[in-house]
Amino acid sequence: MSVLVDKNTRLVVQGITGKSGAFHTRNCMEYGTNVVAGVTPARGGEKFDDKVPVFDTVHEARRETGCNATMIFVPPEFAADAILEAADAGVELIVCITEGIPVMDMMRVKKLLQSSPSRLIGPNCPGIITPGQCKIGIMPGYIHQPGHIGVVSRSGTLTYEAVWQLTSRGVGQSTCIGIGGDPIIGTTTLDAVQLFAGDPGTHGIILIGEIGGSAEEEAAAWLKEHCDKPVAGFIAGATAPPGRRMGHAGAIISGGKGTAAAKKEALREAGIAVAETPSTIADTLLAVMK
Amino acid sequence: MNIHEYQAKELLTKFGADNPRGSVARTAVEAEKAARDLGTDSIVVKAQIHAGGRGKGAFTNGFQGGVHLCKTVSQARDIADKMIGQTLVTHQTGPEGRLVNQVLVAESVEIEKEFYFAILMDRATGAPVIVASREGGMDIEEVAARSPEKILREAVDPAFGLQSYQTRKLAKELGFAPGQMRAAGRLFAALYRCFISSDCSMVEINPLVLTKGGEVLALDAKFSFDDNALFRHPDIVALRDIGEEDPREVAASKHHLSYIGLDGNIGCMVNGAGLAMATMDIIKHHGGDPANFLDVGGGASEEQVTEAFKILLSDAKVKAILVNIFGGIMRCDVIAQGILNAVKSVKLGIPLVVRLEGTNVEQGRKLLADSGLPIVTATDLDTAASEIVKLAKS
Repeated sequence: MSVLVDKNTRLVVQGITGKSGAFHTRNCMEYGTNVVAGVTPARGGEKFDDKVPVFDTVHEARRETGCNATMIFVPPEFAADAILEAADAGVELIVCITEGIPVMDMMRVKKLLQSSPSRLIGPNCPGIITPGQCKIGIMPGYIHQPGHIGVVSRSGTLTYEAVWQLTSRGVGQSTCIGIGGDPIIGTTTLDAVQLFAGDPGTHGIILIGEIGGSAEEEAAAWLKEHCDKPVAGFIAGATAPPGRRMGHAGAIISGGKGTAAAKKEALREAGIAVAETPSTIADTLLAVMK
Repeated sequence: MNIHEYQAKELLTKFGADNPRGSVARTAVEAEKAARDLGTDSIVVKAQIHAGGRGKGAFTNGFQGGVHLCKTVSQARDIADKMIGQTLVTHQTGPEGRLVNQVLVAESVEIEKEFYFAILMDRATGAPVIVASREGGMDIEEVAARSPEKILREAVDPAFGLQSYQTRKLAKELGFAPGQMRAAGRLFAALYRCFISSDCSMVEINPLVLTKGGEVLALDAKFSFDDNALFRHPDIVALRDIGEEDPREVAASKHHLSYIGLDGNIGCMVNGAGLAMATMDIIKHHGGDPANFLDVGGGASEEQVTEAFKILLSDAKVKAILVNIFGGIMRCDVIAQGILNAVKSVKLGIPLVVRLEGTNVEQGRKLLADSGLPIVTATDLDTAASEIVKLAKS
């Protein structure tokens, strides 16, 4: 079992003919993801790698191929428009990898998506993977292994670190969701843990957060009331100075809020095991699963 | 990106947000002219640097204070003469201080009442929110902690923008008299337009004032811009003052590297922002002190890695370097080659610990091992961190 993506996922790639779009589409296909279509305006009618039909619009791709998920690689100036196009075409799951989308654009996207049944993951995220079944995103496939741990994270490489620790110990993952490091994102930490809590195939959860915002606190409060599954958490940025953006637009301590110490405290309060260092994330979960 | 006070005033004026009259001067003569143009005997001359605490600061030439009230045009010229070209030290600049290239010459207004007014992006709702208080001119965090009931919050629907009734409601609740409500509402609306049109993440007016003459003005403005949106604001990018920035950060930004200078002595190079923060944390956990945050990104080129490494090596404070890479998209052999290239042109005189994991890790480790350089390799993050802390202390 898994959440959101599996063998039945039919993927369209927006920006499939771009450099990174093409590169990562190939990686996803090699992993076994069923890529049914690509979209690049004015390139309709072409075939990507002689296999995948390219369309001018997402509507057309949806109609012709029945795609139910999209992976977006279009440049930041046009990414908000690409998300809205996918939602308007009725694509159920929208995974936006693009980094550097203006916050005002995401503000409008978030508002419009409130009245849409589509779910957005990202932007500025590594994507989502159900090991052995479907990979949508830029994460290296080989570090994953099918299993029963759900992983949710705001950071890409830090997720790889945690996943690799699990896999090295012979522990597989149900689904790993990289929700992204921007201030305004689609699927939140809370949304992701709710999905994992309701998935019978997920037996334990790893929650990786970082400074800024209050997403981890909200997820912790919900987990305390509604979830009996073992959860381990890690928060990056204990040593980050206030007022500075630490790479991610969302990773900033402002007005004394969003510190690592406060987040760790909220996790502990909710009965979540907190890893003190990034090298002990998997072991912290495994210790509470025994 | 930060901007100067005079630039903030110009931006406010552009959007019709009333603020005290004044202009920037780069010489004493210009300051004299600016003061004369004001036509008042109530003048303030303010040194323009990004750091706060100017009023209580001191110049390295012995002149006290970066903010002065003047009664006459010639006095304003004399004050400007003592400031321009001099170095101002405040509690925020560090002992090296900042060079003052220009001063703001403005009308000093008589204040009847001070307010706090800010517009920021509320992450929880994904919409702008206005935060305001009758207790202006003070640290708003203190007000929020002491008497949270004095803080007003007004959410704005991103689809419709700030409505007139909202500006009236705010003006009323802040205690403006009926005769001043129109001016207050006009200022609030102008500030909102400025916030949206300039892609700000925050506009903070502290204080917003009611003058004895009954005007409602933005007395001081602090802007935070969304870096992601700067591509569509060349006018704002032009306001950047590189002289105010950490030279290490300027060098990094040239090569599209995300770098933030810190006070420790262990240089770090990591891929990914979360992992970079976590690497700083684990160094601290082992008793060390990171010299920087440096994220080379998910898909950095060999050249970027080389430049990143050079920035670390050029920092005199750095006594040891830790490289922590989890290669996903980025290949470990590319990282290794980038490091070797850098060390070819800049001598590696300090200890280096490299932890590589992920794609092409074996090739990467082999490149480093075959180089003959005194590089300590670690296979896990914990060992890498404890090792680098030990080496930095020895």
